[in-house]
Amino acid sequence: MLGKLTIDALPFYSGIAMAGALTVVCGGLGVAALITWLGRWRYLWSEWLTSVDHKKIGIMYVILALIMLVRGVIDALMIRTQQAFAFEPHGYLPPDHFDQIFTSHATIMMFFVAMPFVLGLVSIVVPQQIGARQVAFPFMNAAGLWLTVSGAALVMISLVVGRFSSAYWTAYPPQSGIQLSPDVGVDYWIWAVLLSSIGTILAGISFLVTIVKRRAPGMQLMAMPLFTWTALCTSILIITAYPALIVAATLLGLDRHLGMQFFAGSDGVANYVSLFWIWGHPHVYILILPACGIYSEVVATFSGRRLYGYAALIYSMIAITALALVVWTHHFLTIGSAADVSAFFGRAAPLIAVPTIVTIVCWSLTIYRGEVRFSVPMLFTLGYIVTFLIGGITGFLFAVVPAGIHDTTFRVAHFHNLLIPGALFGYFAGYQYWFPKAFGFRLEEKWGRRAFWCWLVGFGLAFMPLYILGLMGMPQRLNRSDVAEWQPYLIAAQAGALFIVCGAAFLAIQIAVSIRDRKTLAASSNDPWNGRTLEWATASPPAAYNFAAVPPVQGIDPWWTMKQAGTTDHGPVRFHDIIMPGNSSAGIMLGAMSFVFAFAMIWHIWWLAAVGGLGMLAAVLSQTFHDHAGQRLPASDVEAIESRRVISPALGREAPT
Amino acid sequence: MTDTLITADHGDETDAETARRALDEKTCGFRLCLISDAIIFALLLAIFITMARDTADGSTERTLFRLPRIVAETMLLLASSATFGFASVAAAARQRRRAIIWLGLTFTFGLGFVATEISELYGMAAADAGPWRNGFLSAFFTLVGTHGAHVSLGLVWIALLVGELAWRGPTPAAVSRLHRLGLFWHFLVIVWIGIVALVYLPRLL
Repeated sequence: MLGKLTIDALPFYSGIAMAGALTVVCGGLGVAALITWLGRWRYLWSEWLTSVDHKKIGIMYVILALIMLVRGVIDALMIRTQQAFAFEPHGYLPPDHFDQIFTSHATIMMFFVAMPFVLGLVSIVVPQQIGARQVAFPFMNAAGLWLTVSGAALVMISLVVGRFSSAYWTAYPPQSGIQLSPDVGVDYWIWAVLLSSIGTILAGISFLVTIVKRRAPGMQLMAMPLFTWTALCTSILIITAYPALIVAATLLGLDRHLGMQFFAGSDGVANYVSLFWIWGHPHVYILILPACGIYSEVVATFSGRRLYGYAALIYSMIAITALALVVWTHHFLTIGSAADVSAFFGRAAPLIAVPTIVTIVCWSLTIYRGEVRFSVPMLFTLGYIVTFLIGGITGFLFAVVPAGIHDTTFRVAHFHNLLIPGALFGYFAGYQYWFPKAFGFRLEEKWGRRAFWCWLVGFGLAFMPLYILGLMGMPQRLNRSDVAEWQPYLIAAQAGALFIVCGAAFLAIQIAVSIRDRKTLAASSNDPWNGRTLEWATASPPAAYNFAAVPPVQGIDPWWTMKQAGTTDHGPVRFHDIIMPGNSSAGIMLGAMSFVFAFAMIWHIWWLAAVGGLGMLAAVLSQTFHDHAGQRLPASDVEAIESRRVISPALGREAPT
Repeated sequence: MTDTLITADHGDETDAETARRALDEKTCGFRLCLISDAIIFALLLAIFITMARDTADGSTERTLFRLPRIVAETMLLLASSATFGFASVAAAARQRRRAIIWLGLTFTFGLGFVATEISELYGMAAADAGPWRNGFLSAFFTLVGTHGAHVSLGLVWIALLVGELAWRGPTPAAVSRLHRLGLFWHFLVIVWIGIVALVYLPRLL
């Protein structure tokens, strides 16, 4: 009746695991109670959960990313604490539990923080940047969100029911095989990865078609904003790279449960490693490219200048995309000698460095002689430029030094150097930059600055010691050590982790303070940063349809051009009916049913799996034969909405170019 | 901003134009889905090729595959591709009855293919040459099984579209759906040709 699920699945084996489980359960119940107390279930359901509005879906993606960021940061703190104090006495975590935390930290950060953050920002911003009213496939966009949420929910529920994988986030066989990992941990990993991968591919397809087919009249490819360009490149990488991860995870599951022998021998393991990194290498750029797009937008806006070397930047992004797709073949060079992947980042570095340097030069020349405003988004961008240079140099080190450091904490420091300033700082910059776009008021600056400095200092303190430890020979993923010289560095890294926790806490305080002071922080216009691209031409927050009339575009920075020419406040001569897709509960039903299905498959509850599978089919079929374009918003309503809108003063006329 | 510019923009076109553009976008998006799918098949084929030598325990593939059955499967699938083409032509000409008949034939051929394939896989598993036996058979079952699952999904889709054609007639939306189903179906035939060329023929000839 309940498959493998018994009372033993509850985490009575350890007080710490029990505390984690109670936190998840109490947190979930607390949120539900709060919504009930506020009487907001109906509002939540009709305005958010069933919405197919690309802006709301994007906001929900970002909320998911921020919630999972909290979990990921707590995991990181637990790892650092264990390593800092696990000298001789064994620390506070048993090895198996330590490995679970290690695995969940990386899995969560990759699939449920970085990826939803990217997709959320793209979903909110890109349609507005290209002058579109909606993404090409609103339901697919929603389905992508809810499948990702469902994957994240699987990782969270693994804290309460059963356990998570301890085979690390790469899940290499034979550790992830049924002999060495007979429990449900790896199955949770497989299903969480599969659901979020499918969701990500759906989102990628939706964004790619939107960018290709729905640009405003006159917006040539070489007039698209940089963020839209990087979203295009990332979508292409998602569509081509993610199938490899789906294949890797599926074959792993077939090996585990149908006794297949894909990864039984050493050749098989090499196949898994190849499949995983056919996805894994492009994935690094899937995460970094959108951050580069955000940095470009922020640099241009906060320097008050047209982006220097627009075309060069775009060709750099295209070059990075092309390299990301082919450099995984380098991996074949390393399979013979070392089955690990570390060399892989390194060997690609010399090639990738060329376009990377071009982008940094272009940004520096944009800032040079600009009237730079050091707002929070700009701080994160400058923080990135400085720290990423260090990351790039260590990438070169990988290419030149012998393989001795490849499995050490040097590698850990290196890819965190790529992914924290290279990706996460970019998402934070975008989050601060576009927050007033989504909600109509800015985020409070003071707490934003504090958060930035905590993240920057914390990052340096946490990972610079790991570079040194790596050179001293400390292996990665060590749950305890008996080398006295390592400990001071590990304690320094622990202090860095505490700074990062403060950074995350300050971001939370920033939201609270900003909501409290939203009246004073309310953007005086729809364009609080004196922006350049088309998303600032809509209201903040935008009407459901974004643009009452889509402006024609000539060249880059169309909104800036309109402000210069003084054509911003000319509303359309007459309004037209606008057809927008209506709400649909199919997206959230698909997500919920996929969760039921995956949970049942993990625990071998076959009747429940059938229920979940049929539910998913029903949710998809309910949309398949849905031909009606949606609800018609009459021209008179559009006119009423537009006349209420505060027309932004044309700031650009006074600002220098 | 002049009125001509407003009417020229894609937000304020006529309903018919909106509908046509939506179908165009759906076809474009579906092609991208097929790209992802094609990559999955390519990777499974690559894995199969790397595992092809992993038959250490002596199950020789020569005895596993039968040429007449492969020829029959291939003919069924090729015939279904042709009948699907006729169904598309009929639907484009708004001939509801003809389109349904041709789709019915396509369904029959496709069902014949799936049935033959299931009997082949079942026979192998019963003869203790199942996917658990060795890496070669794991890769073979997964590759052919994935293709068979796709064809089965296509059969469900054909049945649904026959229902739609009978119920609503060949509306532009239905014809467009039929077009995408055609892309899917012909894509599966191409994949099958690849499987025959790389999996069966080297072992049968």
